Amino acid sequence: MKARRTVAAALSVLALTAVAACGKDGSPNASSGDASAAAQLPTYTVKADAKLDASPVWANAKKNGKLVIGAKADQPYLGFEDLQTNTRNGFDIEIAKMVAADLGFKPEQIEWKTVVSANRETALAGGQIDLYVGTYSINDNRKKLVSFGGPYYIAGQDLLVNKDNTDITGPEATKDKAVCTVTGSTSIDKIKTYGAKVTAYDTYAQCVDKLLTKEVDAVTTDDAILKGYAAKNAGKLKVVGKTFSTEKYGVGLKIDDKALRDAVNDALKAHEDNGDWKKAYDATLGLSGSAAPAVPALERY
Amino acid sequence: MSTQNATVLYDAPGPRARIRYAVAGVLGTLGIAALGWYAYSRLADAGQFSGDMWSVFEYTAVQQRILDGALATLKAFGLAAVFSVVFGTLLAAGRLSDHRWLRVPTTGVVEFFRAMPLLIMIFALYRAVFPAEPMWALVIGLTLYNGAVQAEIIRTGIQTLPRGQGEAAYALGMRKTQVMLSVLVPQAIRSMLPTIIGQLVVTLKDTSLGYIITYPELLYAGKLIASNTSTPDGYPYIPMVLVIAPIYIGLCLALTALAKWLEARGRRGANRRTSAAA
Amino acid sequence: MGILFEDGNFSLFYHGFLQTIELSAISALFALLLGGVLAAFRVSPVPVLRAFGTGWVMVFRNTPLTLLFFGVVFALPRLDVHLSSFTFAVMALSAYTGAFVCEVLRSGINTVPLGQAEAARSLGMGFGQTLGTIVLPQAARSVLPPMSSIFIALPRNSAVAGAFNVPELFSTQKAFDEKGYPIFVTFFWIALAYLLVSFTVSAVFRVLEKQLAVAR
Repeated sequence: MKARRTVAAALSVLALTAVAACGKDGSPNASSGDASAAAQLPTYTVKADAKLDASPVWANAKKNGKLVIGAKADQPYLGFEDLQTNTRNGFDIEIAKMVAADLGFKPEQIEWKTVVSANRETALAGGQIDLYVGTYSINDNRKKLVSFGGPYYIAGQDLLVNKDNTDITGPEATKDKAVCTVTGSTSIDKIKTYGAKVTAYDTYAQCVDKLLTKEVDAVTTDDAILKGYAAKNAGKLKVVGKTFSTEKYGVGLKIDDKALRDAVNDALKAHEDNGDWKKAYDATLGLSGSAAPAVPALERY
Repeated sequence: MSTQNATVLYDAPGPRARIRYAVAGVLGTLGIAALGWYAYSRLADAGQFSGDMWSVFEYTAVQQRILDGALATLKAFGLAAVFSVVFGTLLAAGRLSDHRWLRVPTTGVVEFFRAMPLLIMIFALYRAVFPAEPMWALVIGLTLYNGAVQAEIIRTGIQTLPRGQGEAAYALGMRKTQVMLSVLVPQAIRSMLPTIIGQLVVTLKDTSLGYIITYPELLYAGKLIASNTSTPDGYPYIPMVLVIAPIYIGLCLALTALAKWLEARGRRGANRRTSAAA
Repeated sequence: MGILFEDGNFSLFYHGFLQTIELSAISALFALLLGGVLAAFRVSPVPVLRAFGTGWVMVFRNTPLTLLFFGVVFALPRLDVHLSSFTFAVMALSAYTGAFVCEVLRSGINTVPLGQAEAARSLGMGFGQTLGTIVLPQAARSVLPPMSSIFIALPRNSAVAGAFNVPELFSTQKAFDEKGYPIFVTFFWIALAYLLVSFTVSAVFRVLEKQLAVAR
């Protein structure tokens, strides 16, 4: 018994020290493409004199000296957390940074919070986050709960398949095929109408792994997200390129904070006009190989 | 212990039996080795042991995250462990109460939480009560479920105590609550300690369900690491399991070892007292 | 409370319920078989098998079920084992539950009086016969109470499969939540379904205990 106890203690100590000891610093190296791309990212001038007292959310954030922004952590080139360098990168992250700069917050004053899709409305309404930037489609149902700035990007539901797949040319071809997506996304209902057999996990990476082992025939969600995965798994996967929905990505904020909404829209407009939007796109989503689309018109309300 | 059984279940092997056992042993070893080798080589073919799959674990930031995850796991576990034993004690006392109005509802509460999947509880608590505090959803969920189980353990412990314990306490003029809380419960907890800690091992493992509600515990960290690392051979889910599982196993074994140690120490203490009295 | 009877929800709920029952029942069967084999390994005269049994129990009893699901669902396809999500779930649940069954059986074997096995051996029975026809049937009586906790826990544990593409009751709960129904109402129905399952299992074990008690 004594021996077993010692072994147990040794095992746990070993496990923990193995984790703590001997590490590599997350210096940008060849293996992480995002880090080298970071060089080309635009920098945003912080409007130190920004004043928006009409917005209680802004006033509170200013008082605390930090802006809390909700984002996704697992979508390459959109909202992605690089665990080796402990930084966030992607197009959504850039949009958030440019808006924050115009609201008077430096990048280091942004506190990022990973919020999953199902919790976005509660997090905004409850004030746990001030803004949400993470493939957040504007729709009427959500507008009853939150307000939107933007849209800043227009995506559409698409399909990701293995490179050698020639059967699946569009959503119609997914009948009786195994299609993977994440739980709680609107993509599920849409693809079901085409008669696909739906597999659902809670992250896209799990779906993509299943696609790589050919257990599913396709992965479906917004093309912007799929492009990121196609680029990350270059040479193995391709996006079909026939979108079958329109998703307008907006910046989510607390409902009826019109002052903040207008300020977010002004910020987006300014950075779209001065070329930052395009630069940010090229340095993030653009890496997946598709050229920057036209800047969508803002929908102020 | 198993050798003791073993000798009961079969004769001391004679020469032919020894050969038979040896053959079975060799075949068994070969079988297990073949299975292991097959799994290893297929995984290696699939690139699961390539440097790309594992290099992510070399980064200090990633190691830090695993460590933070382990600490978050231990924090949720610590809170849930304390709360569930306290809650369990209260429920056990309630179930043994003389008052029907107290006994019936506590029995209902115990039966309800024992039947409810933790995942369902945690998810409901998260969505309804603690959308901003996944840790509390997890801790309260664990407390409700494990509290109900601990209650049954403690109740059994109290019921198996010699009746004289309670009677003597009453004879000293103690009230019901005093008898229960200062005489019966401490002894019951002491005698049931191994079982209670066994249930705490379950509590520790169940903290991993926190990943469903984005509490950044060990499994959540592992999953995020695997999901955010794409390699030419897919995502390192297998390396993640091979890194995370030993940590959980180590923690659980350490807890079990603690149970054994406490048991041994408790026995020693009891012996000392009896000999001192005598 | 009426949400169950609108918008095709009943069929979603009903299928989730059936899937939970099916998953639990099949896993219970395999867990029992596996647990029996592992217990036999752990008391067998062959050291390698004993070590295998001990190792299995140590690993699977101390690994969170969710992590085990990750292992099964993502590792087996890499070994060219391509099966349905349901089958993967059965494998993970039985591997996990089997370890607990093994431990219960093993301690049950310890409660059978030594004389029984000795008598069997003196009649010339071998290890397999002694264990299978004499010791295990008698152990069954004393293992029933701990066994019932294991099999009440099994349907509860099966909820984890909902996160791995098995459309059982946890998936139903999530689906209702996504449809925007109040979580309390959803919880009410799901809870009711699990209570039903749990009480059925306890009832079955009570009947079994009574039957075996008469036999004594």
